[in-house]
Amino acid sequence: MTLSTLLRVPDSGLGALAGTSAQSVAIERVVSPGGVEAWLVQDHQIPVVAVEFAFDGGAEQDPDGKDGLSAFVADLLDEGAGAYDSTEFQRRLADHAINLGFLAQTDTFSGGFKTLVETEDEAFELLRLALTAPRFDDEAVQRIRQGVVSSLRREQADPHWLARRVFFREAFADHPYGRSIRGSIGSVAHLNDGDCRDLVARQFTRDRLRVAVTGAITPTRLAVALDRMFGGLPATSAMTPVAEVTSVAGGQTVQVSRTGAQTVLVLGQQGIKRSDPDWFAATIMNYVLGGGSLGSRLMTEVREKRGLSYGVHSYLQPFDHGALIVAGGATANDKAGETLAVMRAEWARMAEGGISAEELADAKTYLTGSFPLQFSSTDAIARLVLQIRRDNLGIDYLRRRDALIEAVSLADVARVARRLLDPRTLITVIVGQPKDITPTRIVEAEE
Amino acid sequence: MPAGIFFPETFTLANGLEVVVATNRRMPVVTHMVWYKVGAADEPRFKSGIAHFLEHLMFKGTEAVPPGDFSRIIARNGGQENAFTTYDYTAYYQNVAVDRLPLVMQLEADRMAGLRLTDALVDPERDVVLEERHQRTDNLPAGRLTEALYAALFVHHPYGIPVIGWEQEIRGLMRADAEDFYRTWYAPNNAVLVISGDVDAAQVRPLAETWFGAIPARPVPPRCRPQDPPMAVQHRVVLRDPRVRQASLRQLWQAPSYRHGDSGQAFALQVLAEILGGGATGRLYRSLVVEQRVATSAGFGYAPSALDYAVIGASLSPAPDSDPDQAEAALTREIERVVADGVTDDEVDAAKRRLIRESIFARDSLRGPAFSLGTALAIGRTVADVESWPARIAAVGRDQVNAAARAILGQPGRVTGVLLPETTASRAAAEEPVALRGSEVVP
Repeated sequence: MTLSTLLRVPDSGLGALAGTSAQSVAIERVVSPGGVEAWLVQDHQIPVVAVEFAFDGGAEQDPDGKDGLSAFVADLLDEGAGAYDSTEFQRRLADHAINLGFLAQTDTFSGGFKTLVETEDEAFELLRLALTAPRFDDEAVQRIRQGVVSSLRREQADPHWLARRVFFREAFADHPYGRSIRGSIGSVAHLNDGDCRDLVARQFTRDRLRVAVTGAITPTRLAVALDRMFGGLPATSAMTPVAEVTSVAGGQTVQVSRTGAQTVLVLGQQGIKRSDPDWFAATIMNYVLGGGSLGSRLMTEVREKRGLSYGVHSYLQPFDHGALIVAGGATANDKAGETLAVMRAEWARMAEGGISAEELADAKTYLTGSFPLQFSSTDAIARLVLQIRRDNLGIDYLRRRDALIEAVSLADVARVARRLLDPRTLITVIVGQPKDITPTRIVEAEE
Repeated sequence: MPAGIFFPETFTLANGLEVVVATNRRMPVVTHMVWYKVGAADEPRFKSGIAHFLEHLMFKGTEAVPPGDFSRIIARNGGQENAFTTYDYTAYYQNVAVDRLPLVMQLEADRMAGLRLTDALVDPERDVVLEERHQRTDNLPAGRLTEALYAALFVHHPYGIPVIGWEQEIRGLMRADAEDFYRTWYAPNNAVLVISGDVDAAQVRPLAETWFGAIPARPVPPRCRPQDPPMAVQHRVVLRDPRVRQASLRQLWQAPSYRHGDSGQAFALQVLAEILGGGATGRLYRSLVVEQRVATSAGFGYAPSALDYAVIGASLSPAPDSDPDQAEAALTREIERVVADGVTDDEVDAAKRRLIRESIFARDSLRGPAFSLGTALAIGRTVADVESWPARIAAVGRDQVNAAARAILGQPGRVTGVLLPETTASRAAAEEPVALRGSEVVP
């Protein structure tokens, strides 16, 4: 066999072109009699229903001194509601095989469940109770607090976690985005049931709510279920305003000294918001830089050519009120200087030269061709649709996405690379005992 | 009760390649996997890590596909790919649009027989593997403890050697070692092709014959592994590390697997594990975390998919600022209680109902069916074995659960692993849920 025969794909008669498959997914808008809107993707092949929802306002809304409150509430919502104490609530979830969960993120408080159709009524009811009548019994509050403290302590043994934490603290300084979503051992110690009730009353309102549903459910049935799950929530609430934030552009190199087999590196700077017109140009730029798997520039230079690391990656991290572009990896302590130099050089090369026509073409075929792979399960599709709603991309986004990617030009990528990437102002965080790196500051890990 | 899980089709090529197809028409995409029936437990002595090192080197090119092109071609075609090595098998996969299936079959068939290595490709990749080891094991206290636990639990069987290999042996792995291992084990008659997604067997068969059918079968040696003597002692493995702030504890026993020992117990042990460790309703969480407040997490796990021994065991995190010995004593009491008094009919019924309901979710995935079916066939089980799982679980009775609990958790031999902050005076302590099958290692 030769390479040319390998690349000449015979006509197999299999399926449609990849780019068309996501476009054929039909999203329906369902509005309940009570006015709750959901976007629905029906799929009746498997008797499963997934509901995903998000309220605007997540950990960023945690009051001063109460860092970690949103995450604390997320842990407690399935620990007893209505007439059911924690034991009974958990027993009902388990007996019906309902996978219900809640998650506090920076800008959202989200949740959802996946259930068999035969147990969906129970799932609707348990979610309703969790959102409208959570108990926050003292037993559960104390137990979950212990669990959070325990997990915060456990994370401190992970140098990658530590590096990310210090990086965010450096990048966002005093802005809420610089705080830990899970809070600190000190802040969590003071959270109580009253704080939890305040959060529920303040933040779980219909004006902030977006819902996506996938699976074996009709619009008619969903409409009834929507009112049951969310109809009892208050209509409106006032968000605490969150300031727009630009990442600190200090060019500092911050070291956390730590014994161990490796040095962990995290570097980054101001990124790009999802609403920015250059989002896809930046996505392509990042794919070529370090977002693709084995073939990215960072992987090629750091891993494939030099064997310096198991993996280095970069990613775009958009928020509602700010954005970052971040890269990271781990290397031997005595190779840390070389690895950092190679990563910075790639940062500079991209900033100055953008990408080649071949890289652009490859990025486009990857980003369009791989998109249908994200539609892998009922709940994955629901989360994808929810994200489309949160990002205000429109109900026709799946049909438009490929064209948006195809429209990106070499000049677009070069422009966005120049705008975003500047090795002189990178924030660099190093955890380990690196050789050949002189930090501008050495900090202690937070307890 | 469902009559099956994935409802796959199977056939075998003339060269011995087994093919499994699990159709899922949700989207025009497929997961394409090739599983080789060889893993870290089949390595020659003093060559630990060669199975995993070869897995990395499988991306380094053939006569037809120059180094670096394999992954570039997959990506350019919108595909996602990876590979992983365990004790019992090595698997390679691509997720792609269904119209790209012939391409990935062609690429995977090409490297089944046509790998071409040079020292210039092998040497930097050894450094990559060493950094992988440092990142996943050496630089994480919990990773180092896991390695030590398995070394204690298996005194002679190679499950006691880490999949990624011991560092001093990885450093000595050469191109010839990888080539020997490749020539010995990588053959169509020692592999399973699994495809899940928007295709059926009638569509796959001609493609499989075209691309894989041309590779000749070769003699493959039997998988001979030393077996362990009965374990009569209780090991205690303690790791103190200045970076650890939260203690943790794990307790492991050897157990029968689907393929080893009293394999009929594998189903009763899954019900037992659900009763003891089924999330927030499991006995251990209820007792240790909710009622006694001596731990912040407590779980129990059992993974029966192994060619030789399975591992069964508990894990817990002692409550902050409490004596880890208290949590360990509470765990011991719960284990002793289930061995002595057994479980109730209600517990068995509830656990079986949950397990069977959750099996329906297994179909709700692109990759999941291919992973489950490949795992089974790579350790010598059949599709019928996989499909009869709900029926086998449904048939488990309380007496079988109690007998399995006595036989396995009542064994004198076990290993207790404790992770402690350097300063704690106490004996015991805890970590993540049990990762029972040891490490899965990806390139």
